[in-house]
Amino acid sequence: MKNVLGAAIFAALIATTASAEDVKPMEVAFVDGTVEVSLTGKAGDAAEGRKVFANRKQGNCLACHTNADLSEESFHGEVGPPMDGVAGRWSEAELRGIVTNSKMMFEGTIMPAFYKDTGYTRPLDDFAGKSILTAQQVEDVVAYLMTLKEE
Amino acid sequence: MNLKPWIAIAAISLSGAAFAQDSSSLSVEGEALLTETAAPEHMENVDTIYSGWRFRSGETQALQTDDFDNPAMIFVDKGIDLWAKVDGTEGKSCSSCHEDVADFAGLRTTLPRVEDAGLVTMENLVNECRTERMGAEAWKYSKGNMTAMTALIGLQSRGMAMNVAIDGDAAPFWEKGKELYYTRVGQLDMSCSNCHEDNYGTMIRADHLSQGQINGFPTYRLKNAKLNSIHGRFKGCMKNIRATPFAEGGEEFKALELYLASRGEGLVVETPSVRN
Ligand code: HEC
Ligand code: HEC
Repeated sequence: MKNVLGAAIFAALIATTASAEDVKPMEVAFVDGTVEVSLTGKAGDAAEGRKVFANRKQGNCLACHTNADLSEESFHGEVGPPMDGVAGRWSEAELRGIVTNSKMMFEGTIMPAFYKDTGYTRPLDDFAGKSILTAQQVEDVVAYLMTLKEE
Repeated sequence: MNLKPWIAIAAISLSGAAFAQDSSSLSVEGEALLTETAAPEHMENVDTIYSGWRFRSGETQALQTDDFDNPAMIFVDKGIDLWAKVDGTEGKSCSSCHEDVADFAGLRTTLPRVEDAGLVTMENLVNECRTERMGAEAWKYSKGNMTAMTALIGLQSRGMAMNVAIDGDAAPFWEKGKELYYTRVGQLDMSCSNCHEDNYGTMIRADHLSQGQINGFPTYRLKNAKLNSIHGRFKGCMKNIRATPFAEGGEEFKALELYLASRGEGLVVETPSVRN
């Protein structure tokens, strides 16, 4: 029991330290819509990114993008292009830029900026001052997108 | 039609997949209702306007074709009861002053409209009668008594073309509504136009996006099994994009309602419609 608790606290500490080193949403450096370096300083976890992509409360990317790799999920939206083979069309830095703030790449796009926490009009109180995804989740999604190669 | 390059490809490969609006024609109780017409001149980015009915599944569509099957009609019946019910200090019902609710044929098509320099909706008119003439309490904007009454009154205009005034003293309200329609809000940072103008006809997860027309309101939704007001729907869409909604019955939503009503000019009233 004691050990479990200790482990939980330890894990919490790591989580906070990690996020303190994250690039803050408004400090992300874009070059032509791309973001070269990892927002967390580390590589993301593709398996986690796959979950974030589908989760309605997180990325909910499936709301707008079909994705054959997630065929077990019903209802893929079609507002944006299919994700199949996306890693062949864009580099990692480009994908990081698109997920962080797609408006830097696609002017006037409907696609939300997933790592931006200010500049919104009338956000619901629960979401004010927050980004849709954390730096870690963005990196996880980018790592996942990098696995989507045309076979 | 509003086809994206990637959907055009998908449509060829998956024959029968839902894309754009369907081609069914609506007839209610044997009367044909127009669900598609040329967009009014003031709409810059759309050529043809479609009723939301055209974007629903066959099963949902069917519920609206027969008043016996239409689940909204239970609420219309409730409206008929309320029409005759005495309420308030003056001892009056609606029917004390208005001989027949059928006399309201056409009213739905012209609302909201300007009165005394302000925009009034059907809900406002109903509550004005209640408070000023009946000495009764105002009904809550989107609650059951009000939606039952607006469904009953709206039904009297079924089949008549939407035709709101947007010039003269209505112009500033219309302009304001238009501005709201194109303003991005919420954490998802979207405007009404992003979904209902740029992407109607496409699937957004499980939902088939329509043009967001209001000619069928109040609308019965299978999702919550009740009548839903126009402002209630606006509120729902704003919350979905994680935006703080404006107040139901407030100036912003009234202006937005006028603007949307004008985007439906020429479509006929379908009240009470059925949606998922
Ligand atoms: C509300 C709709 C919407 C959502 C939600 C959305 N996107 Fe997009 N996305 C688009 C659209 C539309 C485009 C095409 C760019 C444009 O022209 O606007 C796009 C483009 C992209 C591209 C470039 C694809 C290509 O082949 O060119 C990637 C990668 C992408 N999105 C990833 C994501 C990820 C990952 C998420 C979730 C974390 C996401 N999108 C959520 C609408 C959306
Ligand atoms: C993220 C996408 C999105 C945005 C942004 C959005 N809506 Fe909607 N709206 C929907 C969906 C999905 C539905 C249900 C399917 C349909 O009818 O399109 C809907 C339905 C509606 C309907 C009902 C249409 C009918 O036939 O019953 C109206 C009216 C409407 N929206 C108005 C608005 C207004 C006004 C705004 C801006 C304040 C707005 N919407 C913003 C997604 C959106």
